[in-house]
Amino acid sequence: MAYSEKVIDHYQNPKNVGTLDKSKSNVGTGLVGAPECGDVMRLQIEVDDATGLIKDARFKTFGCGSAIASSSLATEWLKGKTVDEALTIDNMTIVEELNLPPVKIHCSVLAEDAIKAAINDYRVKNGMEALKLDDKVVH
Amino acid sequence: MLKLPIYLDNNATTPMDPRVLEAMIPYFTEKFGNAASRNHPFGWEGEEAVDYAREQVAKLIGADPKEIIFTSGATEGDNLAIKGVFEMYASKGNHIITATTEHKAVLDACKHIEKLGGEVTYLEVKPDGLIDLAQLEAAIKPTTILIAIMYANNEVGVIQPVKEISAIAKRHGVLFFTDGTQAVGKIPVDVNKDGIDLMAFSGHKMYGPKGVGAIYVRRKNPRVKVTAQMDGGGHERGMRSGTLNVPGIVGLGKACELCMLDMEADTKRISAMRDKLENALLKLEEAYVNGSKEHRLPHVSNISFKYVEGEGLMMGFNKNIAVSSGSACTSASLEPSYVLKALGLGDDLAHSSLRFGLGRFTTEDQIDYTIEQVSNTVLKLREMSPLWEMFKEGIDLNSIEWAHH
Repeated sequence: MAYSEKVIDHYQNPKNVGTLDKSKSNVGTGLVGAPECGDVMRLQIEVDDATGLIKDARFKTFGCGSAIASSSLATEWLKGKTVDEALTIDNMTIVEELNLPPVKIHCSVLAEDAIKAAINDYRVKNGMEALKLDDKVVH
Repeated sequence: MLKLPIYLDNNATTPMDPRVLEAMIPYFTEKFGNAASRNHPFGWEGEEAVDYAREQVAKLIGADPKEIIFTSGATEGDNLAIKGVFEMYASKGNHIITATTEHKAVLDACKHIEKLGGEVTYLEVKPDGLIDLAQLEAAIKPTTILIAIMYANNEVGVIQPVKEISAIAKRHGVLFFTDGTQAVGKIPVDVNKDGIDLMAFSGHKMYGPKGVGAIYVRRKNPRVKVTAQMDGGGHERGMRSGTLNVPGIVGLGKACELCMLDMEADTKRISAMRDKLENALLKLEEAYVNGSKEHRLPHVSNISFKYVEGEGLMMGFNKNIAVSSGSACTSASLEPSYVLKALGLGDDLAHSSLRFGLGRFTTEDQIDYTIEQVSNTVLKLREMSPLWEMFKEGIDLNSIEWAHH
């Protein structure tokens, strides 16, 4: 299967690989997927307490090139957004941006799940209610 | 100067040896006769070429030329052997024994048999990929007509104890069919010493052309017959109708002759390179060879690199190096390799595997380049892998409740 230029670029030069201190109250961590399924994504956000903006986002991903590219792209998009804005990132926008073929759509779903899981972690840590997330399963 | 890309997927197919091509060329244009045209020189020429190729093929596997039936490849051979025996020996029984690590052509032919009312036992394999002989013998019943176990596996290269299997088959009066696709031409195969009754193999896995193969069908002790699966002119002793693919058959014959000639030298050279590659890659942490290292084809190495995913790994170098992955993502199905799973590998390890298939045209500098590229990509992806980080922190990945999709 041929990958799109954008997927290849994210794979070769991934943005924001790394780990944030998950013990900090302004850091939200989402860990989604499973080793058995061949995809695990860990996505973290760090929120600026004063402005409410996401000032940093990091990922580590075990998976194929599309999974790596989806998470790399997600971290790019998260930075500078408010937590509420971040919730609007939809997997189909990732699909379009990266030109993912149908068989790789699940990678984008995983990235969306990871964003929501990270936000929920942040919310719970800061005394807010966890959001109910619809299960978007495209497997 | 190293030429890219490098081909290390010789279990999928091999490049054709130029000497094979040379032998084939006249049979496309000047010597185009139908080998079944018995009454003019064009036909005679074709028939003569086919007869000669039949001898070349037979010689490689220690058979009589009359025992060679030409086919379109090993998938057809597998189907003809299994379905053909099932039909031919229906009065004797309807039970077939095979193994879970067989090629899809064998497994799916067996599933077809089940739909027809036959019974199939699928033997599990041991963690090293070999079948358990005691289990095989215990599975035999009065209705068993065929044991179908491959000579060597396409994904891990594990060689089954063929002689022992055939001895068991003989003891119980059961026929033994083996899919020899990966073994014939690579390691010594002798149908008499190995006690094989039927064997399918293919040209394009041994530096011959695609679209041609053969099935060995024993004629003596016992005389074996299969019911044809295609109706027509009754070619190939009535077992496989269809105008013979003369250029392809000439190519297959030449390929067999060359394999016989070059086998010893090829094996020595290729296995040394395989070992070099394998030993270098095993220097990486958490890298494991899949399948028996002792009973294995000399040109194959299947390695799992824990905590990196196979397709993601391949992407790091697949513009320049062609290998195959046991990970699901490479194929339309999302399931990882059923062969690796049958060896008892967890899905995570199965997703992390690469298969290296070396060949006659592999060179030392290609191996050096591959070692460097694969090692670098594994290290790079592990830096990106959350699982690697957890492993390094001493977290037991099994203790985590993963969200299964």
